[in-house]
Amino acid sequence: MSVLIFIDHADGHVKKSSLEVLTYGAKVAAQLGTTAEGLLLGTVTEDLAALGKYGVSKIHQVANEALNHLDTQVYAAAIAEAVTATGATVLVFSHTPTGKAVAARVSAKLKAGLVTGACALPDTSNGFVVKKGVFSGKAFANVSIQTPVKIISLNPNSYMTVAGEGTATVAPLAVAVGAAKVKVTAVNKVSGDVPLTEADIVVSGGRGLKGPENWGILLDLAKSLGAATACSRPVGDAHWRPHHEHVGQTGVQVAPNLYIAVGISGAIQHLAGVNRSKIIVVINKDPEAPFFKAADYGIVGDAFEVLPKLTEAIKKMKASA
Amino acid sequence: MKILVCVSKTPDTTSKVAFTDGNTKFDEAGVQWIINPYDEWYSLVRAIELKERDASIAIHLVTVGGADTEPIIRKALALGGDEAIRVNSDSTDSYYIAAQIAEIARQGGYDLIFTGKETLDYNGSSIGGMVAELVDAPYISLATKFDLEGTTATVTREIEGGEEVAEVTLPAVVSCQKGVAEQRIPNMRGIMAARTKPLKVVEPVAADALTTVIGFELPPAKAGVKLVDAENVEELVRLLHEEAKAI
Ligand SMILES: Cc1cc2nc3c(=O)[nH]c(=O)nc-3n(C[C@H](O)[C@H](O)[C@H](O)COP(=O)(O)OP(=O)(O)OC[C@H]3O[C@@H](n4cnc5c(N)ncnc54)[C@H](O)[C@@H]3O)c2cc1C
Repeated sequence: MSVLIFIDHADGHVKKSSLEVLTYGAKVAAQLGTTAEGLLLGTVTEDLAALGKYGVSKIHQVANEALNHLDTQVYAAAIAEAVTATGATVLVFSHTPTGKAVAARVSAKLKAGLVTGACALPDTSNGFVVKKGVFSGKAFANVSIQTPVKIISLNPNSYMTVAGEGTATVAPLAVAVGAAKVKVTAVNKVSGDVPLTEADIVVSGGRGLKGPENWGILLDLAKSLGAATACSRPVGDAHWRPHHEHVGQTGVQVAPNLYIAVGISGAIQHLAGVNRSKIIVVINKDPEAPFFKAADYGIVGDAFEVLPKLTEAIKKMKASA
Repeated sequence: MKILVCVSKTPDTTSKVAFTDGNTKFDEAGVQWIINPYDEWYSLVRAIELKERDASIAIHLVTVGGADTEPIIRKALALGGDEAIRVNSDSTDSYYIAAQIAEIARQGGYDLIFTGKETLDYNGSSIGGMVAELVDAPYISLATKFDLEGTTATVTREIEGGEEVAEVTLPAVVSCQKGVAEQRIPNMRGIMAARTKPLKVVEPVAADALTTVIGFELPPAKAGVKLVDAENVEELVRLLHEEAKAI
């Protein structure tokens, strides 16, 4: 009986989303009066023992380089075997592309109930109930898992990562590693940018910016804040911005600390992808834009005038801080 | 070549989200149902595009749902599926639903199974992975591009902070999202043809439900927007820094 946390990595480094689930998983373990352990498939260059500061006592590593690329069949078999070998009764993923690819497979393999998109600690006072976002962020469902092994896939940015003291022991784990049937032939990272789903701050532009040639002022603002950039669906559809920046009900769902919407009307489908953001700022020249109803702060004004001034003001604040 | 496209119904994206029966049931009053956009715009349309290139491809649709899902299936058939199977069950447990689809998949001997990336109501993102596991096939999720050459599929999929190109030999399960295809509108000929296309109803096989939804909640309402004058952006910066502690 322990909590096992899946640790994802890329380019030799543990992903930020994994630090969040380590903290979360450790808290689940504390709640259940058991220990939290990590599971890492593949190899990294950083010191895994240091992950102990997120509350895990042990990291099981299947140090096989073949696992540095994701094949869901191979991963699911290895993870399922690790769950059995470590006697884990709760398995935690981050609901990132990797988590989405793997958690469901493991669930079917182990016949272990899965809740994806979890957004809070489970309620273990009577059974095991996990809160998750449904209707694309417009509501939450409380879902009870009935099976002996339980799997939670936590929405990124729903739990505060906390680093304390401590080191973990790193132990090699021997599990069968099958031959991959999926061959990865190219990896195209959007280099230099902050990945959208991991970003603390997102600056997003809509049709109000009129055309791709006007994105400079938005990129400047994003840069001054170290923010990732996003856009509304029509902007992605018109190829003003790459389609992976499209947020909303039919695009990426984000939940940053701060979401700044510029020239976006705030259609219900757009809001569905961003309304889990902690603070929403809306800049729109139309005081009647529906987005203001979902916002914490707003400026009624022309983006072409407001953005450059805002960027300057932020730079000034940062310089004096 | 046989392609199985999984389709489900979901409330129209403008539907008011409310609950009844002590917050245990979604309030369906006045709700318009649509085909889940990920199933329709991306996976079904891509299957149709593949068939337009190679007429020997058969497209079968499968849905797990009650009789009230039939208008959705007819619409999907109007877009271009050849025939449809409805597994008669109202279950909302992903594993139970995946077990039904896996059963249809095994019987039909499909080369390719498409799902949408997730449904707009439960946002599970689980069916594809579960079906793949149950039929022991490779699974590529969150595809943004899908190409087929003989029995080799080349798929671009979303990863954190970018994309990755992967190759797989069929059979395989693929979940689709934006980029794979463009939305289409069914035409009159399609709508007429859909009326006579086969829609088979089968009873579910025995399977366990692993989870139960015990209740719903709505998010707390926002306190209301604080407006800052456009001439005074410094004030916004101050509020974000000192009050919201967001920058
Ligand atoms: C099934 C379905 C799914 C959808 N999914 C999504 C989704 O996932 N994501 C999404 O975003 N949309 C989605 N949509 C589309 C959505 O309904 C809206 O059409 C879209 O979000 C509008 O984008 P926008 O706000 O950029 O453009 P518009 O609605 O055209 O709004 C532009 C805004 O810019 C403001 N503006 C204009 N000029 C300026 C200026 N100089 N300075 C400041 N403000 C200015 C205007 O006042 C206006 O409010 C979906 C629609 C459907 C039917």
